[in-house]
Amino acid sequence: MSSEFILVIEAGKTERHYWKDIWRFRELFLFLSWKDLLVRYKQTVIGVAWSVLRPLLTMIVFTFVFGRLAKMPDEGVPYPILVYSAMLPWQFFSNSFTEASNSLVANSNLVSKIYFPRLIIPTTSIIVSFVDFLISFSILGCLMVWYGFMPSIQILTLPLFLIFAMITSLGAGYFIAALNVKYRDFRYVIPFIVQFGLYLSPVGFSSSVIPEKWRLLYSINPMVGVIDGFRWAILGKEGLVYLPGFILSIALSLLILFIGIIYFRKTEKTFADVI
Amino acid sequence: MSDTVIKVENLGKKYIINHETGAGGYKRFSEEIVNFFKKTGKAAIGRNTKLSAKEEFWALKGVSFDVKQGDRIGIIGRNGAGKSTLLKLLSRITEPSSGRISLNGRVASLLEVGTGFHPELTGRENIYLNGAILGMGKSEIKRKFDEIVDFSGVEKFLDTPVKRYSSGMYVRLAFSVAAHLEPEILVVDEVLAVGDADFQKKCLGKMEDVSKSEGRTLLFVSHSMASITSLCNRCIYLSEGKVCADSTPSDAILKYYSSNLLNTPYHMNYKDFPKKIGDDVVILLEGSIEKLNGEKTSEIEIHDAFCIKMKYQILLEANQLIVPNFHFYNEGGICVFVSGARDVKQMTTGIYEAICHIPDNLMNEGTYFVGLAMTSYMPTGCKVNFFELNALSFNVKDPMDFRSARYGYTGPIPGVVRPILDWEIVKVNE
Repeated sequence: MSSEFILVIEAGKTERHYWKDIWRFRELFLFLSWKDLLVRYKQTVIGVAWSVLRPLLTMIVFTFVFGRLAKMPDEGVPYPILVYSAMLPWQFFSNSFTEASNSLVANSNLVSKIYFPRLIIPTTSIIVSFVDFLISFSILGCLMVWYGFMPSIQILTLPLFLIFAMITSLGAGYFIAALNVKYRDFRYVIPFIVQFGLYLSPVGFSSSVIPEKWRLLYSINPMVGVIDGFRWAILGKEGLVYLPGFILSIALSLLILFIGIIYFRKTEKTFADVI
Repeated sequence: MSDTVIKVENLGKKYIINHETGAGGYKRFSEEIVNFFKKTGKAAIGRNTKLSAKEEFWALKGVSFDVKQGDRIGIIGRNGAGKSTLLKLLSRITEPSSGRISLNGRVASLLEVGTGFHPELTGRENIYLNGAILGMGKSEIKRKFDEIVDFSGVEKFLDTPVKRYSSGMYVRLAFSVAAHLEPEILVVDEVLAVGDADFQKKCLGKMEDVSKSEGRTLLFVSHSMASITSLCNRCIYLSEGKVCADSTPSDAILKYYSSNLLNTPYHMNYKDFPKKIGDDVVILLEGSIEKLNGEKTSEIEIHDAFCIKMKYQILLEANQLIVPNFHFYNEGGICVFVSGARDVKQMTTGIYEAICHIPDNLMNEGTYFVGLAMTSYMPTGCKVNFFELNALSFNVKDPMDFRSARYGYTGPIPGVVRPILDWEIVKVNE
């Protein structure tokens, strides 16, 4: 008789329908993303311009500090383009990671009143960051025209590296978001990760300045692989990607995603009780 | 039988109350780390003492019942009896600690009005967002959009951000979306407690329609016995996490009230409650029923005047009038009357006591429940600061002496009130 029931909730059992549910709730995912987008630019005076100004100003400062003052090697490309091509994935990562990490706590009213697969909430932050990314990307186009820089055919591989950036930020985002529900300390940890990461990752300089013997170690930071990949795709220069390091970065970001999802799924059912 | 849509077996939900960290559910990471080292340290030297007084609390235990398709089930019980926990388990928001629930049909839950409403978004945008959150698809919302707007009566403000709405409009819009849900099983928590009476009736009517004509199943938590009796065909009475009655609404309500008689006191001290009752403006401290000689009691003679007292603390001085009011209900859940304090002036912070004098010979014999409430009135509108339904109870008794005009009749005299009125009997010569 119980076989007739389409859903059985039992203590301590993970649900069989979880991934099917995520698909079933895809419209909710779209609506929540749409809400985030709408809310983001309501009541901001210059609206969309923020997603242009932030990377642009950071790029100018970095070009000045790393390019002019520190005289880092420019790999034969205009320094602003060198910085900006790394700024794009970094901004994407830091935005979506920060948003995803805080998303559950920010949406605690939803978590405690409505059922849906909770993975949807941190995942929506990808969408807003992606839109920002597209806007910022158009600035890269302007920079290229300004400096008369012609990208090579490799730029077509860019979506692939964008996917790796998504995987990295989602993996870390899921993990921290779940931790944040129980331990609010992580609210303070996130800005640190983002700030240190900006200087530890090869954003203001090319990772070729790292001595060869340290590059594998340097690639433990998954964003190194993502950023190198972006530069390679956009600038089309050989030698920007250090292959063993790149593989390590990608493997680690996949591992982070895996751990993130496992931890998230494990703690998900207690979210409503502790949030 | 094949028409059983919900089967609940031996359901339980356990919460761990951590006395050390207080009421906060979330912990600081540093505490966990310190605890971890303490634990391992103690284990290393062979001691196994408990670090903090962790106490298990079963919000629900051993709950079993079946629901058939088209059932409209009311769930009643005192605060903390486990009603909301049951709904949360049924709607999969939280996981049971024991037992199982088998569901046959799509469940939509309405545990709060306007979940996910975003103040910056317009009414139109919020209808779509809220609809999606409650489980409607985009095409479904589009199809019902006009109907929803019609029902809410806020057409004019559809493109205004809801943060500019009055609280009444906000609630109406939120309800309208929810009222148009069409799941096989609808789970509703006490959301009808807000909103004006007319609109409440409209929503109840809509829910009844949907349930009766389309055979949908409804689970409905309410403190309003009148709504339960009019809407439901079956009622579950929960007490301390267990099912105490599962029968017709009138039987369950009777049982609820008769058990309340034993439990509801004539004096309540809220100061020691773990959870403060009230908000940042005013909190409830104490409530009592007293005879004129100052004796606290629940037994009142019909010919005696008595008073209801409430102590409260004003925490914040603002441009508002903070008005205490008492709500009197009889055993049938009928509101006998509501009385609010008159001539309230603006008050400074501090502890106050409100005393409401009930005249003699007002209420008929029977048991009455008093709800203690506080409402603040601002130039922009009013707000309920707290409302403790059925906080106190008292029993009105007839000493059966000459004052009762019984002339030897000892049976019950019907009616909610029983005033002594002036009569004249004159002989007419014709």
